[in-house]
Amino acid sequence: MDQNIGVYLCSGCGIGDAIDLDALSSVAEESNVSKTMTHDCLCSAEGAQIIKDDVASGSINCMVIGACSGRVKSDVFAFDPMQTILERVNLREHVTWCQPAGNEDTQAMADDYLRMGIIRVQKSTLPEPYLEALDKTVLVVGGGVAGMQAALDAAKAGYSVKLVEKEAELGGHMAKWHKNTPTRPPYQDIEDIDLSSTIEQISNSQNIEVFKNAEIEKISGAPGMFDVTLKNGAGAYRVGSIVLAAGWKPYDATKLEGLGFQKFPDVITNVQVEEMAKAGSLACPSDGSAPSVVAFVQCAGSRDPEHLPYCSAVCCRVSLKQAMYFKEQNEETKVIVFYKDMRTPEQAEEFYKKVQKDGVIFVKTDTSKIAISEGSEKKLTIEALDELLGEPIQMETDLVVLATGMQPAVLDDPILNLEYRQGPALPELKYGFPDSHFVCFPYETRRTGIYTAGCVRQPMTATRSSNDGTGAALKAIQCVELSSQGKAVHPRAGDLSYPSLFIQRCTQCKRCTEECPFGMYNEDVKGTPLPYPTRCRRCAICMGSCPERIISFSNYSVDMIGSMIKSISVPEDYEEKPRIIGLICENDAFPAVDMVGLGKLQYPPWVRFIPLRCLGSINLVWIADALSKGVDGIVLFGCKFGDDYQCHFIKGSELADTRMSKIKETLDRLVLESDRIRLEQLSIDDYYRIPQILEEFTARLEELGPNPYKGF
Amino acid sequence: MGDEDQNILVVGGGISGITAAIEAAETGANVVIVERNPYLGGRVAQLNQYFPKLCPPTCGLEINFRRIKNNPKISFLTQAEVLSISGQPGAYSVTLQLNPRYVNDNCTACGKCAEVCETTVPSQVNYGMDSVKAAYLPHQMAYPFKYVLAPEIIGTDEATKCAEACPYNAIDLSMKPETLTLEFGAVVWATGWDPYEAEKIDYLGFGQFPNVMTNVMFERLAAFNGPTSGKMLRPSDGKEVKSVAFVQCAGSRDENHLAYCSGVCCLASLKQSTYIRERVPDSKAFIYYIDVRAMGKYEDFYTRVQQDENISFIKSKIARISEDKESGGLLVEGEDVIGGSRVSQVVDLVVLAVGMTPGTAKVKPDLEMNYDDFGFVTGSGASGIIPAGCVKAPMEVAASLQDATAAALKAIQVAVRR
Repeated sequence: MDQNIGVYLCSGCGIGDAIDLDALSSVAEESNVSKTMTHDCLCSAEGAQIIKDDVASGSINCMVIGACSGRVKSDVFAFDPMQTILERVNLREHVTWCQPAGNEDTQAMADDYLRMGIIRVQKSTLPEPYLEALDKTVLVVGGGVAGMQAALDAAKAGYSVKLVEKEAELGGHMAKWHKNTPTRPPYQDIEDIDLSSTIEQISNSQNIEVFKNAEIEKISGAPGMFDVTLKNGAGAYRVGSIVLAAGWKPYDATKLEGLGFQKFPDVITNVQVEEMAKAGSLACPSDGSAPSVVAFVQCAGSRDPEHLPYCSAVCCRVSLKQAMYFKEQNEETKVIVFYKDMRTPEQAEEFYKKVQKDGVIFVKTDTSKIAISEGSEKKLTIEALDELLGEPIQMETDLVVLATGMQPAVLDDPILNLEYRQGPALPELKYGFPDSHFVCFPYETRRTGIYTAGCVRQPMTATRSSNDGTGAALKAIQCVELSSQGKAVHPRAGDLSYPSLFIQRCTQCKRCTEECPFGMYNEDVKGTPLPYPTRCRRCAICMGSCPERIISFSNYSVDMIGSMIKSISVPEDYEEKPRIIGLICENDAFPAVDMVGLGKLQYPPWVRFIPLRCLGSINLVWIADALSKGVDGIVLFGCKFGDDYQCHFIKGSELADTRMSKIKETLDRLVLESDRIRLEQLSIDDYYRIPQILEEFTARLEELGPNPYKGF
Repeated sequence: MGDEDQNILVVGGGISGITAAIEAAETGANVVIVERNPYLGGRVAQLNQYFPKLCPPTCGLEINFRRIKNNPKISFLTQAEVLSISGQPGAYSVTLQLNPRYVNDNCTACGKCAEVCETTVPSQVNYGMDSVKAAYLPHQMAYPFKYVLAPEIIGTDEATKCAEACPYNAIDLSMKPETLTLEFGAVVWATGWDPYEAEKIDYLGFGQFPNVMTNVMFERLAAFNGPTSGKMLRPSDGKEVKSVAFVQCAGSRDENHLAYCSGVCCLASLKQSTYIRERVPDSKAFIYYIDVRAMGKYEDFYTRVQQDENISFIKSKIARISEDKESGGLLVEGEDVIGGSRVSQVVDLVVLAVGMTPGTAKVKPDLEMNYDDFGFVTGSGASGIIPAGCVKAPMEVAASLQDATAAALKAIQVAVRR
């Protein structure tokens, strides 16, 4: 593409009062641009039409629009990304609204932003999307309620599905249950389970191929082009995306010695109750007698730092249901539930009330301190502290049911056996669950095109598992649709760029293959990265990691940002006019800086913000470029890291922090104060902190004095 | 897919509706969102932080708004309501009413109208806890980023003054409500929830004492863009709040009010107790609960909050709240059911953890949907109208979004069948 750059400056919203746009135009004209013009309201129908006409006539194909933030008026300034390159220079929120009008420092800021905007365009090329990943089949792993629903719903939407179940029949845990907790109004009665119609729909579907007694030997490839090999020679298939619905397993009750499991035959688990009930008779294992007293111990191993620190969310409801099994077998059976908190959310509260009405007794206690011993009259004795009465109680019972929790099926078996350099399993979040860390994006995983559903993701009810299967199926379909068009999936959905590597210069340092949060790269035997573009989320963390600077995108590169930094005018004499580069996350920090403008808050005019796809895309050469150019300080705004990280690319800001600590060591050796670099964790709503951070940083730079490399 | 005629209507532009719309559009469907407010984001736009990460909702909203801006398959109408729906799965005809914003697309959000506007109206975003100019941007991160004129000033000189102050001809006082009929293959119903009306729980003093507020209002008190700029100030006299009582199940798990459990209020109060503890170091929080329901991995958050010894957990159903004349605070009374002692605690502020009622509780749209006794949608008779999020059951954000993603696929299936 031969670039014909048009620079369009807007004088509206106070921009023309704050900035000398004639002077700014001459800055544009210093660059090799085809056209420069100023309009008093560029976003008006008339203003926008001028640009559209220029594009339509073919005279302009690259637009640098110096007006408001790129976050606004995006509907007005919308152009075909396959034919044109657009850059929005934020003269309003980042200059006019946060700096004094008509001031030379304000002007210098606007000049720099425009220079950088033009360079960003000059260093961009049109995207050439990756169009090789064309398979749209969905692989569903696990034939329980979540997996069955995922398969059915993908098939109903018209997609081919391969459904792999390790057991001989579909249905998973639920097929082994006696009854379900209430799902329908009035939410009081336990319900029959009938999976037959679901199973029948699956077997009748033209779009679904079911593999029973089947397991995954290995999966290689990437979204749109995964190659799946089943164990025992059961075949090899190409699929486009994957739903992992491998379910859960009960916590190992043998670890609950204190509660008498295995020591006493009549201490059983909730899973065993389900099996007994399904078989038609609830009896004490010791002698086959029907129990006249049954005690449920909630949180058996759950909410317990020694076992499972979390709550499995369903056990309270399951015990209520199982209490009703005993009552249905013989309504005279005395049932006592020992609980920490009864957790019956939503409409399940109605069921809890019904069970209380039906005579089940509830005792609040710390169930981890319950003692179970041999009984005299009945078989077992339970001792607990009744917290409501504040008194120890002792009671005899025939049967004790331990309400054990759930663990993900992937806890010690990766199941998918991915041929990824970063390992065969989906990275877990906590306690082995490969769940999303994001409140807003529940289907995020760190392996693109692989989505989890049901209890492998987090403990949940059967109803929700089924619904979760539907949601995961949507994500799987979405992934194959976007991948086939060469587009990124969330969070940069639709991005047509992808990394290209100048592999001749690769030194096999493996940083890219190790640092990519999504496992985009495999490696050959020498350690040369093998990229799989459809695994990529376009965060450019690999670009930041590469010391040889061989990774770039059509519209984002080390050279681009480096050139932008170099284009900033740094006064040779310090004259109390330092220069600060702000490298900031475009998702959170950039809008926060917009908010500073909207709030008409002011900050030192020495700062030049450059938005980055992710702070993790920072390449250390930019820091070197800036410092050798005489820039006095570099401030980085990235998302919060640590356990509650907010980075949408998992660990970008944390990686940036690690890289900065390394460069600081180098700076200290160069006798260049490491305080010249500062990384701040900043949330999008932390905008009010920005002026103070920048003022403090400026004050610190003043103490340090000018960058000694200034003017070199 | 690739069927150009898959048109889906999403009713409700809260986080569930936005998510259903984006997920469907990124899969290839054409989607229109209809939102009652002048901005997208719904209830979460009014939250300070999410549990358990204590992260700002605006972060996820910003990403979602960018996904909308970048995707030509999504459009939206604000200040719009559904009047009627007819037809069947695959072919619905939907009549909408568009209420006037009195501001057109020329608006640049320059703020000139607000500069001249002197009339104020209660802030909707801040639950009426303060006032805004009658020419206003709903909130700083509002999307669309356009001003609104409050209907109260229409026809007055004030409105004319605002219109004259606009340099871009963006204020159009002649706007009238309009109706519009559009065709869709499927409809996602995601009209969300309302907080339970706390004034109905008379013994808890809401509406009687200024220092009793609801959990949703406390979110605004804690927000840096809220009525007190995030300062923990007592509404009655502006004194810094040193102690807060969180009254759980305020109207919930109660046959006289909401019989069900809203599932999120325990976690919301745990989160809110961290607000006061963080902002006012020598503060104390008291959480009065029946059961603490922190399901799944949210238990970790409960565990974390329990480590703060200035946050007390008392198992008690609060029976009475009255004013403590001496301190200007509030006296919270009940029975501590563990040990049986009496609760009698004076605090500066009471936060009522009120539950969620479905948007469909008050107005049941004339659609083929079934409801339970509480107004939650239990399923749709016609498979082309798909409920999503808190109209089905009380849910936290992550669960709502999971559900909304599932709803997107159900809608696509219906639209494909056309």
